[in-house]
Amino acid sequence: MDPLELTLCESAEALRAGTLSSAALVEAYRNRAEQLNPKIHAYLNIAGEDVIRAARDADESWSAFRRGGDAPGPLTGIPVAVKDVLCVKGYPCTCGSRILENFKPPYTATAVERLQSAGALILGKTNTDEFAMGSSTENSAFGMTHNPWDAERVPGGSSGGSAASIAARMAPIALGTDTGGSIRQPAAYCGVVGLKPSYGRVSRYGLIAFGSSLDCVGVLARTVEDAAFLMEIMAGYDPMDSTSMPEKTPAYRKTLSGEPDLRGIRIGIPKEYFSAGIQPDVDRLVREAIGVLGSLGAETKEISLPNTEFALPVYYIVAPAEASANLARYDGVRFGLRREGQTLRELYDGTRGAGFGPEVKRRIMLGTYALSAGYYDAYYGQAQKVRTLIKADFENAFRSVDIIASPVTPSTAFRAGEKVDNPLAMYMEDLLTLPASLAGVPGISLPCGRDSQGLPVGLQLSGPFLGEETLLRVSWSFQKVTRWHKEAPSP
Amino acid sequence: MEWEPVVGLEVHAELRTRSKMFCGCAVVDSTVAEPNTSTCPVCLGMPGSLPVINERAVDLALLVALALGCRVEPVSVFARKNYFYPDLPKGYQISQYELPLAVEGSLRIEAGGETRPIRVRRVHLEEDTGKLSHEEKPARSLVDLNRAGVPLLEIVSEPDMHSVEEVKAYATALRRLLCYLDVNSGDMEKGVIRFEANISLRPKGTSELGTRVEVKNLNSFRALTRSMEYELDRQAAVLEKGGSIRQETLGWDENAGRTYSQRSKEEAHDYRYFPEPDLPPLEASAERIARIRAALPELPEAVRERLVSKLGLNRYDAEVILAEKETVDYFDEVIRTSGAPARAAATWLGGDLFGLLKMRSIPLMGEGGKPALPAREFGLLVKMIADGKINGPTGKMLLAEMLDTGKSADALVAERGLQQIGDADTLRAAVRAVIAENPGQVDQYRNGKTTVIQWLLGQVMKTTGGRANPQTVRRLLEEELSDPAKG
Repeated sequence: MDPLELTLCESAEALRAGTLSSAALVEAYRNRAEQLNPKIHAYLNIAGEDVIRAARDADESWSAFRRGGDAPGPLTGIPVAVKDVLCVKGYPCTCGSRILENFKPPYTATAVERLQSAGALILGKTNTDEFAMGSSTENSAFGMTHNPWDAERVPGGSSGGSAASIAARMAPIALGTDTGGSIRQPAAYCGVVGLKPSYGRVSRYGLIAFGSSLDCVGVLARTVEDAAFLMEIMAGYDPMDSTSMPEKTPAYRKTLSGEPDLRGIRIGIPKEYFSAGIQPDVDRLVREAIGVLGSLGAETKEISLPNTEFALPVYYIVAPAEASANLARYDGVRFGLRREGQTLRELYDGTRGAGFGPEVKRRIMLGTYALSAGYYDAYYGQAQKVRTLIKADFENAFRSVDIIASPVTPSTAFRAGEKVDNPLAMYMEDLLTLPASLAGVPGISLPCGRDSQGLPVGLQLSGPFLGEETLLRVSWSFQKVTRWHKEAPSP
Repeated sequence: MEWEPVVGLEVHAELRTRSKMFCGCAVVDSTVAEPNTSTCPVCLGMPGSLPVINERAVDLALLVALALGCRVEPVSVFARKNYFYPDLPKGYQISQYELPLAVEGSLRIEAGGETRPIRVRRVHLEEDTGKLSHEEKPARSLVDLNRAGVPLLEIVSEPDMHSVEEVKAYATALRRLLCYLDVNSGDMEKGVIRFEANISLRPKGTSELGTRVEVKNLNSFRALTRSMEYELDRQAAVLEKGGSIRQETLGWDENAGRTYSQRSKEEAHDYRYFPEPDLPPLEASAERIARIRAALPELPEAVRERLVSKLGLNRYDAEVILAEKETVDYFDEVIRTSGAPARAAATWLGGDLFGLLKMRSIPLMGEGGKPALPAREFGLLVKMIADGKINGPTGKMLLAEMLDTGKSADALVAERGLQQIGDADTLRAAVRAVIAENPGQVDQYRNGKTTVIQWLLGQVMKTTGGRANPQTVRRLLEEELSDPAKG
């Protein structure tokens, strides 16, 4: 059995049964990662030999269990890749930025810590646009990640490293973060599953902040079941994050069994998401995918999310405004890069000037401007009001439908360098993922076909706030009757 | 022209909580603790860390708000105040801006012989910054973040004060209130209360406001009043010459005794406040407010009423006791444990005991709330005096010895045989002996120089080893001297 061909759930089952060793599993992924990273650059940092030793310990735990001992955590011996914006004690956490190049956090993010407590092993840290600001991973200070389907193309971003690691079989599962589409869009471009949970469903403690009111920790996976498996362990209230939700985390995988049956499920198709500008292949494949949902018994109908067009401007005020404050701590005083100066001002200017890349600087300036005296009401204040309207759009829609279906992106993966000099074109990448982020509702990207060039196309499904259960059930049903998620690029 | 000062005060008071405002780090005395020892990823502003509201700090803040008669907002919102400085680890301070915790209260002050309320505009919660220290050789600045994140309450008054005396009275009354509520140690030297004053002048009799300056970082009552006196003189001089006041932020140079410009209006910081996305709105439920209200202790006004009306203290003694909450507590303890009469206890406490403590430079309450003299021992001494068992001068002497030796009054009296002699027969013999031995002074008295009786009294005290009851001796002297048969 080739461990790389197993899904996460299958691997976990095999480890439990003793038909697979964690050492073999981890070694296979680590070798694969080492072998492909020069070409794909999914990882900024790959675990050393000690992860193999940890895998052997995991194997010990499982064999002790089979001899009648206590069951170890459900992820014992499972390797996980982590986007390099989540703190893991012992690992550098760079955020794809020069300013944190040598930063080693003294603590571990709650989401990661929960996985580790369940026995997971950290396989490495994946590449990201600097501070998660970007849609192509080209904004990483340490070089872009390449799309495993076509190395000339971007993997999407900002969780491009995590998405590519799944597509290229360099990791069985990976954590990503999504502020405006940073899980869903790269998942679509790389042909993998990408789940952005509801805002507050997973603790943000230890996630290096970009847009605090939007940031979500989520999963990039091969299958919906795999994503559900990780979510069950990772989600839930954290006293260290006051914005995390107190509601109990459902046992998501329980609903993912039996026959795929969507009778009684109402699926809304927002007309605003299918406007001009959608690549014809994408339009066709997404409509076909919605047809598949219909064939499973779901009722589909057109709906309207009338404030969709404002999502982009609202997002590009709110997120940079929050970022401008979140990134103020990188001043060279306590950690990270430091450029000495004769005065305090020189220390600040030198450090921040050298440490941040152009996109980060652009967003700090945008956000600073939007919050400035005299402009606050017109920009930030107004954006917050419109954000409320966008949220209301979703609340209204979810009174008559259970799930909203749309494309993830207007087109498939673009060529590297194609949009780097055109920030606005890059921002348009997030057009269809931003509204759910602003509303705080969960969204998932599912592989639903390939365009004429063979590039993956994603189907976006969104559910109501904290409605992950239904969202996962519908997604799982889709995967039960389709094969797109089983396809992988040839290495 | 005659100018009227118009002053509003912003008071920053640290709240006495065990842990910091947004993390679990202990609040330590940053004037003595090893630098940067009470810190964690949250208060260091480490990437990825998040704040969590200290509910105890909210309770203490609500206590102050209610004591000031404020209206508590059902929902208040934390906001980020953005500026760069090395003592501010996140590059923003979590404070409250548009929606503060409480608004529209007042504090009564006494100044110029009258009592009047100073309106409080708002009360809000925030976090303290760290501390910088600058060194000359090598030239460098060091940061201590022990204080970063300590809960801070900002209390903002309306510009209702019109003299240095009123400002001092307000600051003093507010400090006293915070101590009574036990939310702040009141220890100004530790910097736990700090002031910022908004100062302007206007022609007396007019009502519009003049251009104001803001004087920052005033860490003592002295700095507050001196800087204000300086500013009022400076502004009056400018205005008298027909000049105008520049709106600006000023610092106070304690050594030079003058204010200096820090920032002009044009250079003023744009703090770019916006709601803190890491914290949900702070809800103060009716139940919570009721619970806090029920926990309000006896406040200075009520204590004054009790001391004067119920216990019969004179106004002066009452004020001396009122000034510090710990004195009130000590006084109550004295009465409760010893049964000493309140008026005598108040006089002996405010006069002799305080005098002796001052001479010895020791506080009434030492480390860990241990008094310099146990309340019961002090009370028993007062009671002995009041009961006529020892006389006043003996009492004074004993009080000093009790302080220095830690012995009880009882023990000292027994040790030395200091019981007062009040028995008239015994004293009459002593009085007669003194009269017999001092015919010259007796003549003077009889010739109308009655003040000489004081000298004769002294002689009797001397012969009785200071133990005679002076009142009885005086009465006996008068009797004996006015009796011609004895002449």
